[in-house]
Amino acid sequence: MDTQKFADQIRYYTMKELDNLGFGHFGGSLSIVETLAVLYGKVMNVSPEKKDDPDRDYFVLSKGHAGPALYATLFLKGYFDEAFLFNLNQNGTNLPSHPDRIKTPGVDMTTGSLGQGISAATGIAKGNQLLGKENFTFAIVGDGELNEGQCWEAFQFAAHQKLDHLIVFIDDNKKQLDGYTTDICDPFDFVEKMQAFGFNSWRVDGGNVDAIEAAIDQAKEIKGKPAAIVLDTVKGQGVPYLEELADNHHIRPDEAAKTAIKKAIVTLAEKIEVNS
Amino acid sequence: MKNLEMRQVYTKTILALAEKDQKVVVLEADLASSMGTSKLKEQLGKSYINVGIMEAEEMGVAAGLAVTGFTPFIHTFAPFATRRSFDQVFLSLGYAKNHAVIVGTDPGVTAEMNGGTHMPFEDVALMRVIPGNHIYEVSDPYQFKAILEYAHTAKGLFYIRTIRKQATSLYKGEEDFSKGYVKLKEGTAGTIFASGIMVEEALQAATDLERLGISVQVIDLFRIKPMNEEIVIEAAKMGPIVTAENHNVIGGLGSAVAEIVTENHPVKMKRIGVKEQFGQVGKLEYLKEVYGLKAADISKAMVGLLE
Repeated sequence: MDTQKFADQIRYYTMKELDNLGFGHFGGSLSIVETLAVLYGKVMNVSPEKKDDPDRDYFVLSKGHAGPALYATLFLKGYFDEAFLFNLNQNGTNLPSHPDRIKTPGVDMTTGSLGQGISAATGIAKGNQLLGKENFTFAIVGDGELNEGQCWEAFQFAAHQKLDHLIVFIDDNKKQLDGYTTDICDPFDFVEKMQAFGFNSWRVDGGNVDAIEAAIDQAKEIKGKPAAIVLDTVKGQGVPYLEELADNHHIRPDEAAKTAIKKAIVTLAEKIEVNS
Repeated sequence: MKNLEMRQVYTKTILALAEKDQKVVVLEADLASSMGTSKLKEQLGKSYINVGIMEAEEMGVAAGLAVTGFTPFIHTFAPFATRRSFDQVFLSLGYAKNHAVIVGTDPGVTAEMNGGTHMPFEDVALMRVIPGNHIYEVSDPYQFKAILEYAHTAKGLFYIRTIRKQATSLYKGEEDFSKGYVKLKEGTAGTIFASGIMVEEALQAATDLERLGISVQVIDLFRIKPMNEEIVIEAAKMGPIVTAENHNVIGGLGSAVAEIVTENHPVKMKRIGVKEQFGQVGKLEYLKEVYGLKAADISKAMVGLLE
């Protein structure tokens, strides 16, 4: 399938999921949609049938609050049905805000306490390296998440262990809960930082599926070093109303926002040719 | 085993386990020199990973290794294995239901010269609140070996608290450790439950009480969680209970025993352990005096309960 169309589908179901719930992490879920589409639509060797295949690829969503986008992706990949998807955050749910490897089919690692997912991803990559496997471990960390010191522990470990089958994406959407990353704890230049930490690193347009795919191809070629792809993204990506909303990390929509969200869902439905 | 230091028991046992199971992997956070695990590094090769001074990452790497089917054995000093990396242990290992074995060394006053910063009186209390995990405080080389072997085959999160140096030998290697306790001395008037280095003090206290004509039983209650409720209730039915632990009296062995006792068969109890104090530098015997962890403290408590 066309990767951009897959991204539009993920965006549509992410919006539906959160709209159904009435509130949630719209901003940071939407900014990683294109990356998820490339990973699950094009790059990763994963499927519900291959969940026990030791050679399959692994994915860790370290910025666990973007769970809804991952869930939409896993639903579209056939890990569970649509009814399961709309169980997001309901009482007794198996689809909690933050990913849970025990509860949700297709989730490789439990995440949510920021910084911990990337550590586990380095462990998964190390495990596969010990097993002599060629499969890849992909992880998405948030730009705000990189405030956490544990991330930098993980990067030191990954570089030292030469985890060249670990590909880290930094979702540089420029905002964290309390505002712009530059105002809260200036991250300076992620690419320079990651290079200094022993990674191969470069910046790509995180809204462009072809650019993301090309970056992954490039990252896979690198031997002896892990790769960090800095995704230039926008919080609320692909939904103009949310992109322009100042406070768009966790949204509890007012009437105007509700209307805009419903309208965006209709537009996305038309784009992917489903009934909204 | 008799003359082996606990750290040698660790190395020897892990090597034997790794020989049978290639999925055994050992994690260290720059304390190999303290733990004496250089043999593991030599013999396990790639399956021995020293992450450096980063305990949070150590727990995360262990979680990832468990996800890919490995059984990680994780070592660091007890305060770093628990209070420093608690959220990582809680979430990436406990909540995520990963099988891992954490060995926390030099508990309580046995941290001696490392002093208060390195002296965990709270590690058991912290670990006890993680749902479904297993907690042991070992007192003897054979016991340590048996528990490491059990932790390797069982599933779930294990925390084993041990000194690094030589422990007083209590066992011969023929004992059954599966019940989580061993009765070391019979008695009729009351019970002393102890763990770790306090077992020796408890046995001394029982001998001293014997001279006073008081017969108490001594039980090495080395499995702190899940604690064997039957033995605690049985003891409560017999008479008063004194617990002895090298840990804060809040949240450790004594608390766990008290919870079972009060809910099942209320009886007079006294908890010997550290009370509202931080650690400090000192030699073991000095620290045992300062924190009230001597045989005399235990026997005095028992006499008080029996009066």
